Parts: sequence; structure tokens; C-alpha cells
Amino acid sequence: MAAEREPPPLGDGKPTDFEELEDGEDLFTSTVSTLESSPSSPEPASLPAEDVSTNSNGRKPAEVVLDDDREDLFAEATEEVSLDSPEREPILSSEPSPAVTPVTPTTLIAPRMESKSISAPVIFDRSREEIEEEANGDVFDIEIGVSDPEKVGDGMNAYMAYRVTTKTSLSMFSKSEFSVKRRFSDFLGLHSKLASKYLHVGYIVPPAPEKSIVGMTKVKVGKEDSSSTEFVEKRRAALERYLQRTVKHPTLLQDPDLRQFLESSEWFEEKQQQFENLDQQLRKLHASVEALVCHRKELSANTAAFAKSAAMLGNSEDHTALSRALSQLAEVEEKIDQLHQEQAFADFYMFSELLSDYIRLIAAVKGVFDHRMKCWQKWEDAQITLLKKRETEAKMMVANKPDKIQQAKNEIREWEAKVQQGERDFEQISKTIRKEVGRFEAKRVKDFKTVIIKYLESLVQTQQQLIKYWEAFLPEAKAIA
Amino acid sequence: MEGRQEAGKENKPSSTSVDPQGDSSLQVEISDAVSERDKVKFTVQTKSCLPHFAQTEFSVVRQHEEFIWLHDAYVENEEYAGLIIPPAPPRPDFEASREKLQKLGEGDSSITREEFAKMKQELEAEYLAIFKKTVAMHEVFLQRLAAHPTLRRDHNFFVFLEYGQDLSVRGKNRKELLGGFLRNIVKSADEALITSMSGLKEVDDFFEHERTFLLEYHTRIRDACLRADRVMQSHKCLADDYIPMSAALSSLGTQEVNQLKTSFLKLAELFERLRKLEGRVASDEDLKLSDMLRYYMRDSQAAKDLLYRRLRALADYENANKALDKARTRNREVRTAESNQQLCCRRFERLSDSAKQGKTPWLRNPCHWAAYPARVPTSPPSSPELMDFKSRRVSSFRKNLIELAELELKHAKASTLLLRNTLVALKGEP
Repeated sequence: MAAEREPPPLGDGKPTDFEELEDGEDLFTSTVSTLESSPSSPEPASLPAEDVSTNSNGRKPAEVVLDDDREDLFAEATEEVSLDSPEREPILSSEPSPAVTPVTPTTLIAPRMESKSISAPVIFDRSREEIEEEANGDVFDIEIGVSDPEKVGDGMNAYMAYRVTTKTSLSMFSKSEFSVKRRFSDFLGLHSKLASKYLHVGYIVPPAPEKSIVGMTKVKVGKEDSSSTEFVEKRRAALERYLQRTVKHPTLLQDPDLRQFLESSEWFEEKQQQFENLDQQLRKLHASVEALVCHRKELSANTAAFAKSAAMLGNSEDHTALSRALSQLAEVEEKIDQLHQEQAFADFYMFSELLSDYIRLIAAVKGVFDHRMKCWQKWEDAQITLLKKRETEAKMMVANKPDKIQQAKNEIREWEAKVQQGERDFEQISKTIRKEVGRFEAKRVKDFKTVIIKYLESLVQTQQQLIKYWEAFLPEAKAIA
Repeated sequence: MEGRQEAGKENKPSSTSVDPQGDSSLQVEISDAVSERDKVKFTVQTKSCLPHFAQTEFSVVRQHEEFIWLHDAYVENEEYAGLIIPPAPPRPDFEASREKLQKLGEGDSSITREEFAKMKQELEAEYLAIFKKTVAMHEVFLQRLAAHPTLRRDHNFFVFLEYGQDLSVRGKNRKELLGGFLRNIVKSADEALITSMSGLKEVDDFFEHERTFLLEYHTRIRDACLRADRVMQSHKCLADDYIPMSAALSSLGTQEVNQLKTSFLKLAELFERLRKLEGRVASDEDLKLSDMLRYYMRDSQAAKDLLYRRLRALADYENANKALDKARTRNREVRTAESNQQLCCRRFERLSDSAKQGKTPWLRNPCHWAAYPARVPTSPPSSPELMDFKSRRVSSFRKNLIELAELELKHAKASTLLLRNTLVALKGEP
């Protein structure tokens, strides 16, 4: 029965593919074990059409899973790792979708594949396994809800942001429940990408809801009347239905763009932004501390010079008591000059050096984020190449060139592996980064706190010495008769 | 920039103490001052029961040039050659401050609004401080004149205090300034000449000592003053550095989501307060140390001028003697030479006396003088100009050094408290 569920095979090669992969990979075994041990997966048989209908009715309460998750990522990750079979560690890492630019999700969905002619869909063995497991028809263990329309921004630049919540027990997703904020143009972008990839090979890609300039303008302008609320509700429901249809399509469900759309968390974008800001401010602080060090050294030098001239003046002074007081003043100033010098060292070695160390460390952190991007890019590129190869295979089949077909099939196998590797690598690096960032931040907090306290204590020390010196001088000054 | 100052005696930076010696018959003060574009107008208020004045209380408005005119009038007056003329107040100079304010206005876009506001505040405070100082300097000048038994009776002084209209003393034009500059050079050259003149020996140990002392003292106090200024500048720089530091820490604090948030914000606040304290240290050093040194640098110059005048008189006297000898040898114009010599002698004596006020009987005898006696026992001075200079100096130094020490202690204690409180708060956090 499962075999019937497969989409029309492109050739005879399909089942063969499957078996080959099955032989070679560990993926298969682990996937099965995951599915079995996953606590949240209901009986496949019990996923009825009812689910679908529930989704499209009314609004679902927003799942704020993702927000909590941001704090708790590491907890989640470790839990999930334990669910896995021992051989496979990090499939179940976090979101596989980086931002191409760390700003809004909108940019992610900008169609990238427009200029490329890609035809064949990509099917991965492990998810295929899952799909095979499903007893029933087009229903998979995944539910999408679109809720919480929220107006972002003002005037003509405003837009509505919707919360897209995914509930699933499919192992290809790192969590069982998560949500992101998307705007209408993001949905359109997703459709555009999927359409360009799959339509012309014959897949029925569900269409996205239509644009409506009038309706949207009313909303932007801020008319709180019933027609705009109705409009928003209509749109929300349409978007939900659209996504439901899309994810129920087994092929489309595999697509990385769709997955990115559903899963992309702002965590990485946020963190990148945070580190960027931190870098900027630390640099500013560092520059001003360096100026402080410089000026304190100047102060020390000037104090020393003054001490000398005070001593000379004291020598010239022919009033005895005043002469002595001036000499004492010179001595005090000399000691103070020493004090300033020591303080300048403290300024530098404690404060300034800490800052410059962290500026360099943050550069390393930024590098790590960049690598993740490169990883994602590699994965994407592999996927594109794979699609090309499939296209080639199809062409060869049409042209009926059996030797070329074999070559094409080989290449397809090769690239499928690369795609999988790419995905694994990406998820691995994402997971590692999350852990590392947590560790880094904890260390940073500790480091800064320690150094700040030490530095302040050095300042206290200086002031106390000053008090000592001036207290010693005061009676001398009073003694001038 | 406009600035007004109600200059009560209490809030004046009193780096020099002018004690009217309990004599309240003439009290002068600057009761108000206004700073306009390029000049300052001082309101000079006089309270006096002296018969000379028409009223017992009256005010006039004077500008800096009129003070200079008064000073020069004293200096050029032969009658006061034997006295230390109080140094003229320095010209009000807001240039540097104005330039800085302008530069700030032109703007460095990298600084935040708060930083800009703080820096502006600092510069305005600086401007105000300079303003207060210039008022004080002008006031002290007048008060010393009013306190001096001889100088206070000067006719020009009365005019200055009382005449309601503008004294129409235009500022010196370039030629006159140059002339004044050249005169100074001539004076120092002359001084060098006279002192190196062979045969011109200082006849009085006291003056010899004084001259040596003053020369050295003046140089050294000028040095000390310059260096004290630099120390003060460094302190100001340091205080200013806290501004961007505090701003960066503030931004860091607002951005952080972890425990460092409160730490950074507290640090930002701390540095803001330390900045103010550091600024006060700088301004106190300026007033108590720099300004005091500067004033006595000028005063010691005035004392040096007195000694120069005396030396000049001595040289003239000597020349007159030589001329008399020559005249007597040639038996020509003896009368003129004699009277001239008498004049010079009297002048020299007068100057010496007023500078020292000791009776040196041998000087009164021209014949003795003609013999150039090498050493004369010096009589102890009672209330001479030079002694006056010393006592003023000592009491002023004492007052200012005590106040300096006390203020430094005050600020150090405040800083310590501030730092300790912040440390407690930081340590107390998880």
C-alpha cells in the first residue's frame, strides 16, 4: 500500500534508489526508532480528515512555544538527543534555515530559483520512510495553524504579521511544536519558490491566496471598521488553508524552502544582531578607555613636573614655614604622580585589555555565524544541483539514451548524498553554535563582572591613598605662620 | 554669549587675600558684571565716607581698557616709583572657550544626544568659571589700590571710581601696543646693562638679597604656575573622558539581556558621577593653586619692577655724580650738575626708603656716597613695600594651600564613598 502512495515515478529507478539508500544509510534505522519513541505521535491511523477541518476553522490560539524555546533551547536539544539512537547524534538540531540577511523573514523567501530551470522534486529516504509508514492517504502527522494577525509598523509601510504554528511529530522537524511570524509577502514568496521548482514537472502546487490592494490599504491606513477586520480574517483563513494543503503534499513537505518558512527562528538573526551591537559598543568603550589611559599618563607626567617646580619654589621661598610647606607639597605631588601611574596601569591592564580581548572574541563568534551561512549555502547549492541532475535524467529518458541515463542516475545518487550531508552539516553547526553561544555568554558575564569589580577596587585604592597623602599635608599647611 | 554675575564677596574665587587692614573708609567691589559679544562690563560700586566724594555710595560701569588705563597711570607716575603697583588684571579671554563651544556645535555625528548635552554643559560651566575669575581679578586689583595708604589717594583713582561717564580710553592701537612691547624689551636690556655695569655695586645688602631672591622666585613661580595649569588641564581631560565611557556603558546596559545589564548601567551612572567629582578637583586646583601662583607671579614682577626703578635711579645718581666731578674738574656748569645730582640722590633715596623704609643715614650724605662705600649695615625694615609683598604672599599661600588640601580630601572621600556603594551593589547581585 505504501508503494501506491508514491508520486508517479520518474522512471524505473525509483524503488531501486530507495533500496540502495536503505542499504547504505543509518538514517533509516534511526528514523524508525525515533518514530517509535516519539512521545507525541498519535496513531497514524487516527489522523483523520477532522484534523484538517479543525485547522481551517477559526483561529487557533497562538502557540508561543518558540519564545520559551529561545531560553530553553539547550534543554530541548539534550532531550531530543537522548531520544535518538546512539549512532545518530545531531539530526534533531534546531532550525535549518538561516537568514540570508539577518533582518526580516521576508528576505528569506525571496525567490532564489527563478533563473534556474529546475524540474524534479527531491525526495529523501528517511522522510519517505515516514510517509511510507502512514497507513492513510494524504494525511501526515503535521498541522499548521495561522493566527494572531498583528499590524506591524505605521502608515503605508505597515503590514500584517501572522503567526504560523506547526504541530508535528515528524522527525524531520527538530521540535514537535514551533511557530514563527510571517507576513503575507512571505507566503507569496514561498509559493513562488515552490511553483518555480515543482509546477513544470507536473506537481500541483497549491496556489497562494490572492493579493488585494484595496483590502490591504484599508488595513494599513488603520480603518478599524468591520470590512477590514473581515478582510484580515478572510485572509488569515485562506493562508491557513493554503499552508495545510501545501504541507499535506508529501513532496512539497520535503522542500527546504517550505521547511525554512515554517521553522525559521529568529534566534540566529537576533543573536547575530546582538553580537553586532555588542561589538560596536565595546569598540566605543574601548576607544574611550584608551583615551582615559592616555590622559591619566599625561596627568601623571604633569604632576611630576609640577612637583619639581614646587620643590624649586620651596627652595627659593625665604619664609621658613612656607618653604617647608612647599617642599611638603612637592613631596605629596610626587607621590600622587606615582599613584596616577599605577592607576593608569590598572585602567589599561584590567579594563582596556579585557575589552580588546572581547572585541577579538566576538569577531570569532561572528565568523562562526558566517560559517553557518556558508553551510546553508552549500546545502542549497547541492539541492539545486540535484534538481538539475534529475532534469537531465528526465531529458535523457525522453531522448532515450540509456547510457546517458545511467550516468545521470549515478550523478543523482551522488548529489542526493551531498544534499543529505549538507543538511546534516547545517543542522550540526546550528546546534553547536547554540550551545557555544550559551557557553560564551555565560563566560562573558562572569569575566566582565569579575574585572569590573577588580577595577573599581583599584579606583577605591587610589582614592584612599589620596586621602592619606592630603591628610598628612594639611597640618603642614596650617603650620605656616 | 551672555553672562551675568552677581559678584558677592562670598562666591568669589579668592586666591589672593586683600585685607583692607580694618580701614573701612573706602570700600570697593564689583557688584555686577555682564559679558557681551566681545567685552565685559563691570559695575564698580564704592562705599566711602571720605570727604572727597560727592556721595557715600555710588556705582559706575567700567570696561577692561579703563582698568588698564588706571594701572598705567600709576606706573607712569613718578610719585609712586617707590611702590609696588598692583599688577593689572588680565584681559578677559573667552576665546578658547568660545572656540570649543563652536567646535562642539559643528558637531561630531558619532556622539549621542546625551553626550552632546553633557559636553555642552561642561563647556558652559567652563565659560562661567572664566567669567567669575575675570571679575575676581578686576576686583582684587581695585581692592588693593583702595587698601594702599598712598595709592588710594590718587586723583585718577577717584575719577575711575566716581566719574559717571565713559573715560574714553580707547584701547591701545597697534602702534602703542608695539611701543609698549618695545619698552619692555628696552627695560630688560637696560636692567641687564645696569647690573653688569662695572663699578655699579649694590650698596645695600638688603636690596641685593631682595633682587637675587625676586629674580629667582619670579622665574620659579612662573614655572610652577605653568605646570600647575597643565595638571589642571589633564584633570579636565580625564573628567571629559568619562563622558563617552558613560555613554557607551549606558548603551551596553540597555542592549544586554543578561545580568550584565544592571552592572553596565550602574557603571554608567558611576562614571557620570565620577566625572563631576573629577571636574571639581580640576576647578579647585585651578582656583587654589594655579590662580594663586599666577597672581604672585605678577605681583613678584611688580616687585621686580620696583627694584628696577630703584636700580635705574641708582645708575642715574651715579652718572650724575660722575657728571658733577667732570663739571667740577672743568669748572663748567657746576651748578647744573650739582642740582641734577641732588635730584638723582633724592630720588634714589626716596625709592630705597619706600621700598625698605629703613633709615640709612650714610646715604643722606652725598660725600659718603661719592666714595662708594662697599658695605653698609642694613637696618631692619618695618613696613616697606617689599616686606608687604612677603607678608601678603605668605598669608595667601597659607590660606590657599589649606583650602586646597581640604577640598582634595573632600573630593577623595566623596569618590571613595561613591565607589564603595557601587561595589556593594555589584557584588550583591547574583
